[in-house]
Amino acid sequence: MFASCADPETLSGLSWLICYLTTGKHIAFYWAFGTVLLLLAVTAPVALAFGFGGAMAARSRVAPLSWLGKGYIAIVRGVPDIAFFLFFVIALDQGIEWLRHKAKCPDWDQPIRQGNDFIVCAEAKMPLSSSAQWVHEVYGFWLAVFTFALVFGAFAANVLYGAMRAVPRAQTETAEAYGMSRAQVFRRVIVPQMWVYALPGLSNLWMVLIKASPLLFLLGVEDIVYWARELGSTKTPQFTAYPHGDWRMWYFLFLLVFYLGFTRISEIVLDRIMQRLTHGQATLGSHKRTGPIGMNKAGPP
Amino acid sequence: MKTLILTTAALALTAGAALAESHSQTVRLGTEGAYPPYNFLNDAGEVDGFEREVGDELCKRAELTCEWVTNDWDSIIPNLVSGNYDTIIAGMSITDERDEVIDFTQNYFPPAASAYVAPSEDVDLMSGVVSAQATTIQAGHVADSGAALLEFATPDEAVAAVRNGEADAVFADKDFLAPIVDASGGELMFVGEDVALGDGIGVGLRESDGELRETLDAAIQSMKDDGSLNELLVKWFGEETQTFE
Repeated sequence: MFASCADPETLSGLSWLICYLTTGKHIAFYWAFGTVLLLLAVTAPVALAFGFGGAMAARSRVAPLSWLGKGYIAIVRGVPDIAFFLFFVIALDQGIEWLRHKAKCPDWDQPIRQGNDFIVCAEAKMPLSSSAQWVHEVYGFWLAVFTFALVFGAFAANVLYGAMRAVPRAQTETAEAYGMSRAQVFRRVIVPQMWVYALPGLSNLWMVLIKASPLLFLLGVEDIVYWARELGSTKTPQFTAYPHGDWRMWYFLFLLVFYLGFTRISEIVLDRIMQRLTHGQATLGSHKRTGPIGMNKAGPP
Repeated sequence: MKTLILTTAALALTAGAALAESHSQTVRLGTEGAYPPYNFLNDAGEVDGFEREVGDELCKRAELTCEWVTNDWDSIIPNLVSGNYDTIIAGMSITDERDEVIDFTQNYFPPAASAYVAPSEDVDLMSGVVSAQATTIQAGHVADSGAALLEFATPDEAVAAVRNGEADAVFADKDFLAPIVDASGGELMFVGEDVALGDGIGVGLRESDGELRETLDAAIQSMKDDGSLNELLVKWFGEETQTFE
């Protein structure tokens, strides 16, 4: 990166370290932090939307819709994450390619499954095998977002489903007495008040989501844990200008600090949100955040 | 969510269509990127090593456009058969077990020796703890030898296990271990006899990809015939390495 780094063997101490920490590989490592943060930033709202949809479906009066919502919550919550990430993504990818194959290559006469192989016509490949590597990476990233959102959406749905039922009956009863319809009660009374009951559960989910980001590597996205392992492994002088021993401990220590710092910042922000949400509301949360939420009775404190 | 998928699909389609016109066929080459000198990531983060040079030369001779992709060793075969890339060029020895699932070209690396490396001479290789990379021919050999097998996802972790005393010895390709032994300054050494395993290293392909297999087979043959493959072998593995006749 710097001109002085042209011959690393002559360097020592700090200048060696600066050159070492700015190799192309390390730059890729730093970018991977951006990938992880972007994944979290995109996944959280999408998962929340999945959760909201799931919770609304689960409390629907239409039986099939309710079964759908409850089924989604029960099935996705019950399947181990790692099985989900290994199986579901390959199935989703092949499903997309199969649909494109049906639409684009109606004249194809060979079977799609040949022994172990999954074969679709070249035009149906997703992304096309002639696409640049970054297109493959973007596609992999969105598969990851979708999978994370689906898994965490099920947990969020359960949290929101509980939160919607935790809004005091007296509140909805009053709304009904004013002549509001079921939809109006939901929109005007339940949704604005449920967040305070949902937030502790949702903040837990956010923390778990942060820590689940290393699962990205299972999906083929080169995340920070992959790079930490690759960069930290022993490097012999033949194959690098910067040979070193087993430095994985230092790289993982750095990741530890990153994750701890990130979860701590999240806690502070979530605390602020909690204070704002409970403003003027008769819950324990508005007085002291440490108290258990949801055990309060309706009425003045 | 639907819009998300659609936008991605549209993005991939337009980008793909633009590229598809300029190249007739793109072959994606899958590798591990953690097995020097066969394949590794250099300081710039690009795939480098013996197999990088062989792969690039094969593509040139076969007039293919090639793209390198790295993938975890554990899932390198499943991702090939589900079509994420088209070949495996990752120091994968040709064995009967693998041949049942995927196809191989002729070997571009002669049947090579595997060796044990340990911190001292007096290690019991037949009943001690021996580390190896998971799902390799070396791991299979250790399991059959009667020693306790300790498997790791990457070859580097298998070596690290010996350094920190978790395993008595590591068993891997001799050409992979040689630079590590050289650089260890006497801390690690080869012990016991070398073991010949497998039928050499070939390019792994889907069984349904007969055409690509023939193309690459011909390209490997032409590299063997004009001696350029031997030059690369000597360049990356030293003067004493085995070469093709």
